Amino acid sequence: MTRVAIIDYGMGNLRSVAKAIEHVAPEAEVIVSSDAATVAGADRVVFPGQGAMPDCMRELDARGLRSAVLDAAASKPFLGICIGLQMLFRHSQEGDVPGLGVFDGDVLRFADPVDPVTGARLKVPHMGWNGVVQTRPHPLWQGIGDDERFYFVHSYYVQPQDPTLTSGRTSYGAPFTSAIARDNIFAVQFHPEKSAQAGLRLLQNFIGWTP
Amino acid sequence: MLAKRIIPCLDVNAGRVVKGVNFLSLKDAGDPVEIARRYDEQGADELTFLDITASSDARDIILHVVEQVAEQVFIPLTVGGGVRAVEDVRRLLNAGADKVSMNTAAIKDPELVARASGKVGSQCIVVAIDAKRVEDRDGRPRWEVFTHGGRNPTGLDAVDWARRVEALGAGEILLTSMDRDGTKNGFDLALTRAVSDAVCIPVIASGGVGTLDHLVDGVLEGGADAVLAASIFHFGQHTVREAKERMRDRGIEVRL
Repeated sequence: MTRVAIIDYGMGNLRSVAKAIEHVAPEAEVIVSSDAATVAGADRVVFPGQGAMPDCMRELDARGLRSAVLDAAASKPFLGICIGLQMLFRHSQEGDVPGLGVFDGDVLRFADPVDPVTGARLKVPHMGWNGVVQTRPHPLWQGIGDDERFYFVHSYYVQPQDPTLTSGRTSYGAPFTSAIARDNIFAVQFHPEKSAQAGLRLLQNFIGWTP
Repeated sequence: MLAKRIIPCLDVNAGRVVKGVNFLSLKDAGDPVEIARRYDEQGADELTFLDITASSDARDIILHVVEQVAEQVFIPLTVGGGVRAVEDVRRLLNAGADKVSMNTAAIKDPELVARASGKVGSQCIVVAIDAKRVEDRDGRPRWEVFTHGGRNPTGLDAVDWARRVEALGAGEILLTSMDRDGTKNGFDLALTRAVSDAVCIPVIASGGVGTLDHLVDGVLEGGADAVLAASIFHFGQHTVREAKERMRDRGIEVRL
């Protein structure tokens, strides 16, 4: 039985992530936890995040979870979601704060995006269902069509220094990195727990993934 | 490319989905969990629940409804109705809602929008605006914000109010024309266009959908980012999939 820890640092509702994983992996033990030892003892770790990145970083440190996150990111199957993707990077424009620096690169705000075809102004936040082009194969994309739509809600996106980190790309005004993969880490800007069948499949793939 | 969203709306009274007929009687339209699952299977992009429970001791029932739906339906859920304080927002989010919609409480206390979005993030806060067309001195269309199902005027201009709640931290606007709501004559497209052009956050058009082409018009002419409808879906007139196919055939990007 695989034990999955969803890291809880007080930002947002983690129930949906837990329920979605339980739905696709009824045999898994899913624990929402803010305890570093529990995170350390899990077989797999999900690192979600909602709201503003400066608040997320502050709350993570307030609960003493920074090293637990870094240890997990260095050692076991690790899935970052939304701000949980953004926090892996070096720096965010949002509140001009440093991230965890697992990866080199920045978190940038959508700057007045316009539709490249019509020239129409695009709204920020980028909210709704958009396609994810799989820029390289990965076990977490298994059974998911290329350019499949996932649910997004965000105003900032990651720009990795190393372009080979990108595993999925989405267009909103211009293309941006919507998924990254490196070793035991996979992280996505969209919300798989809110992305119907495609999202459930990705979570199921994560539970079965042996990096 | 980002898809335009179709959002079925479920009015919930004491734990049951209901639909008003001619603003008088409430007709039972079924079990919320069952209906939510059906819409999810048809390809709904999100679901909106509006709690219209009048009796205060039955008000917590919506929390159980949200919990049950969120355990089985994995698309975004917006819940509104009776939200008065940040604590109400938190309870709904903890039950499994992704966004919480506020209306009258935001008008009475606009800072509530700022407090709530500061606490849980703009992406979780929807402000619902009920607007009615009013006479302007120079004959140009203007819309006033009303509360209590269109009975109480607030003196607020709908476009100004939309800009204000955006500045306060709303992440989305649910815009209902009180003139069109329940008429099946289509959205008030001029209202939809005026608000959509005035703000940078997404606008959901609501009120008046009677045909699939009304949904198309809301996007193409009204400039809405999402369209909300209730009765055309509840009573089997159309499926969400049919609505999306019609939108796609008219050149609108949808998730199919």
